[in-house]
Amino acid sequence: MAQLLQHLINGLAAGTIYALVALGYTMVYGVLKLINFAHGDVMMVGVYMGYATAFVLGREARSSLLGVALIFAVAMLGCALLGFLIERFAYRPLREKPRLTALITAIGISFALSYGFQLDIGFLPGASPRAFPEVIEPTEWLIIGDRDVVVWNWQVISFLIAVALMVGLQYLVFRTRFGRAMRAVSWDHRVAALMGIPTDRVIALTFMLGSALAAGAGLLYAIKDTSVSPLMGLYVGLKAFVAAVIGGIGHVPGAVVGALVLGLVEEFVVGYAASTWRDAVAFGFLILVLLVKPGGLFGRVAAEKV
Amino acid sequence: MMETPALPVPEARSPIPASLRGIFPVLVALPVLALFQWLLSESPFAVYLLSVMGVNIILAVSLNIVNGMTGQFSIGHAGFMAVGAYISGVLSLNLKEVALSFLPVAASDQVLFTVALLVGGLAAAACGFLVGLPSLRLRGDYLAIVTLGFGEIIRVVVQNTDAFGRALGLSGIPQYSSPYMVYFWVFLVVLVARRIAGSSHGRSLWAIREDEVAAEAMGVDTTGYKVRSFVISSFFAGIAGGLFAHFVPIINPGSFTFVKSMEIVVMVVLGGLGSTTGAIVAAIFLTLLPEGLRSLFNALGTEGTLAQKVDQIRMPIYGLMLVALMLSRPQGLFGMREIWDVLPRWIPRRRRGLS
Amino acid sequence: MRRLAPMLLAALAFLAAACEKKTQPAPSGEGGTQATQQGKPATPGGEAPAGADVILLGQVGALTGGQATFGISTRNGIEMAIKEANAAGGVKGKKLAIRVYDNQSKPEEAAQATTRLITQDKVVLILGDVASSNSLAMAEKAQAAGVPMITPSSTNTTVTQKGDYIFRVCFIDPFQGYVMAKFAREDLKLNKVAVLQDNKSAYSIDLSDVFTRKFTEMGGKVTTTESYSQGDTDYRAQLTAIRKTQPDGIYVPGYYSEVGVIARQAREVGLKVPLMGGDGWDSEKLFELGGSAIQGSYFSNHYSPDNPDPRVQKFIADYKAAYGSVPDALAALGYDAARVALAALERAKDLSGPSVRDAIAQTKDFPGVAGTITLDDKRNAVKSAVVLKVGDGKTEYVTTVNP
Repeated sequence: MAQLLQHLINGLAAGTIYALVALGYTMVYGVLKLINFAHGDVMMVGVYMGYATAFVLGREARSSLLGVALIFAVAMLGCALLGFLIERFAYRPLREKPRLTALITAIGISFALSYGFQLDIGFLPGASPRAFPEVIEPTEWLIIGDRDVVVWNWQVISFLIAVALMVGLQYLVFRTRFGRAMRAVSWDHRVAALMGIPTDRVIALTFMLGSALAAGAGLLYAIKDTSVSPLMGLYVGLKAFVAAVIGGIGHVPGAVVGALVLGLVEEFVVGYAASTWRDAVAFGFLILVLLVKPGGLFGRVAAEKV
Repeated sequence: MMETPALPVPEARSPIPASLRGIFPVLVALPVLALFQWLLSESPFAVYLLSVMGVNIILAVSLNIVNGMTGQFSIGHAGFMAVGAYISGVLSLNLKEVALSFLPVAASDQVLFTVALLVGGLAAAACGFLVGLPSLRLRGDYLAIVTLGFGEIIRVVVQNTDAFGRALGLSGIPQYSSPYMVYFWVFLVVLVARRIAGSSHGRSLWAIREDEVAAEAMGVDTTGYKVRSFVISSFFAGIAGGLFAHFVPIINPGSFTFVKSMEIVVMVVLGGLGSTTGAIVAAIFLTLLPEGLRSLFNALGTEGTLAQKVDQIRMPIYGLMLVALMLSRPQGLFGMREIWDVLPRWIPRRRRGLS
Repeated sequence: MRRLAPMLLAALAFLAAACEKKTQPAPSGEGGTQATQQGKPATPGGEAPAGADVILLGQVGALTGGQATFGISTRNGIEMAIKEANAAGGVKGKKLAIRVYDNQSKPEEAAQATTRLITQDKVVLILGDVASSNSLAMAEKAQAAGVPMITPSSTNTTVTQKGDYIFRVCFIDPFQGYVMAKFAREDLKLNKVAVLQDNKSAYSIDLSDVFTRKFTEMGGKVTTTESYSQGDTDYRAQLTAIRKTQPDGIYVPGYYSEVGVIARQAREVGLKVPLMGGDGWDSEKLFELGGSAIQGSYFSNHYSPDNPDPRVQKFIADYKAAYGSVPDALAALGYDAARVALAALERAKDLSGPSVRDAIAQTKDFPGVAGTITLDDKRNAVKSAVVLKVGDGKTEYVTTVNP
């Protein structure tokens, strides 16, 4: 029983990280209908920015509340800038072109970032993984039995942040002027432009928001698993993408639910079945969901206009 | 949804005179390939590079049938390749000691190799059928993620099966493959792709690609065509995998990841969606590019730290070049046309359609 | 003509390849005799293919991709050995140069790069990669062309079985698995051990298989075998499952890049038992990634950095000065492999493949930093292994196990 509970907690914690990354995916997809394959790598860059900031701050300062806030601020602002640049120079020129074109530039950027960060030239960090400093002192908040079940402070914090972000984004999308503009662009950006919505600015802002989210997610991920490496974005990005699709891509709460479900499925496969089959089961689960609900758990398949 | 600019009408005419159209290409191809094989026999590196290039061409041209012509978005091509590679590899490995009594050993090896290739291809085609089926219900990106998931599942299966060598990979597969064999299949896949494009079958695929609902309304059996194009495409991916398994010394799950699938997608998009010759040129270009960069860096000398590190720089540069290429030519090298449509004017240009 | 641009690009790529073909002098015709034509001693003392006064060596390693961190360490070790040799006047009075190609952690790229080294660059000797799959691919090509190859750290038994041109300077998986099983059973007196292996790495699977077999033979019990994939960072699920079986120790034959994090998470889920591993652990990074959680764990290795031998101490100091970090096992093995190769080149009567091969095969009691190397008739290094205990930022020597 305790075992089950511990697996549940582990799974939710893993799912939380997927959820945070998946939110960025889903937002960008929502407005651009673009699978932003570079999203995971933007996250990785954000983590390295946070790492560098923590390094500069030193042992004392980085554990203070202000220090943590500064680390997050630097990483998120830096990534927002990176997202802006990527959108401006790699995606915007291709907006009126076939969608696959932008996908290829996304892959190109993903390669450039993940392989580029493996170089050990100049400021680039090199291929070996690094330990992320403990910016949040890990504390056990709940212990049951002889450490049969342990809940850590960062698990709770991450989970709350994910839920808060989900609610915040939902509010942003459905209750603000900017959100209305986003939805309009998502529906049809040409018509939106005719209605006087500055589509370029809306898309750029969405991108920056998504990238900042990725940086935040990446930092929580680095705090959770304490290791940073140039390829970390690749698989987290892939899993988050899967999560977003399970939930129905473009759907904000769907991404979070999909991610939590995926985290739990993986956890239970490892915990109670064969750990070697984890990835196969994760993808098999995805295919199963899509066969039953072709638009994901919450997405709807748009009826096509003839 | 994005609207694509008005399409050039796919050509029904072919540059070859009608009387010779049936057997002519094969008749030309065989001696050309034999010559090619003879010219190469002395350079192992050229043989290896050309084999890799040929496999990439088969992969790109076959993926183009699904992604380019039919407009379905598959990003799990490496999975089909893996199926072909492992099935035919295991078969050849087990038949290593077997020879057909009525043939000389070398000929018998080639016959068995062909059989292994075909079995691998058929296994991949069966998987293609399985993956094609969900396309009854799924559209666009959802189908993409299913194909991706399939590719990853194949990788996990291989990693957990002792007969497939698990993480170490399968080594000792007899090296039967030769540029002759590879380019014969390149020739076949190109022939098939071109014939599909020129046939009414191809028209139906283009119709599905442009507007599925309209195509269905016009009486196109969209489901049937989509599944069929999946099956054909994955068959050739399986063949490519089989060829690959018979000239690389070891096949390993790490060679068939989703990164490999993306590389193939890149070739197709870079060449121009729907353009067979575009896919070929892109495949050739992207295979040679890393080696070309290597030559370039070697010219800088072997001394010093920079020369030691330059080989690492290839991959980031490759990524940036992809971005630059797509920005400068968003429709791909040839757009939806074929190479003879875009060659300079001294080659008589054919009718360009409505644009 | 906008259309010309892509065509020009394609043509350029073609040219690049065409260049390649030209630089290679037409071979005499018989396939697979590259070595003999290289080796024709034009002048006494041999001839270097790449130039009159330079001996060119080749290395293929994972400089990018999932195994990049290991490939780069190896490269650094090799580079250092070459620099030292050049500073000491080179080999046979000639300077040495090395050409390093990246294999992106993929065997087919390794085969391609090896073929290129052999046929285009005409190297006299090739140094291999870390991952056994990649070295196997290289071995096949090197053997076929008759170019000697030394792999620094590919421990899978099959690598040197590819032929008589393939050597290694590290010990093989069965030995290392046995070392840890023996140590766990006899020194640590453990009864129940759980295994956590890296399913993406043949090295890890081999060690785990051997360990399981030997440990069971010695009367111990392996409670469960869980696995992860290289590149994972969350192992809590596996560790929670392991905890349920209440083992006395956990065997984690992986690489330091994952083990450090595994140790932290093991403590987090309440596993307090010692962790055990192989030479993949040896890196300064282990202390950084594992923090205090990894302390008190044991791993088998080629050498102990505490070894007072001035040779070892000098290597560590020099490496630190050049690359800013303490060398890991892969760097040490790369360094050893290169030095074994250079010593053999010096001994060989000329630089042809067979002579160099014979010279390497004679390597006996070679004083490497990662142990004394004697190559047996299967071209494997016979070395004793040491067991080290992880302390606070350094390792402590525990015991030596002989083959």
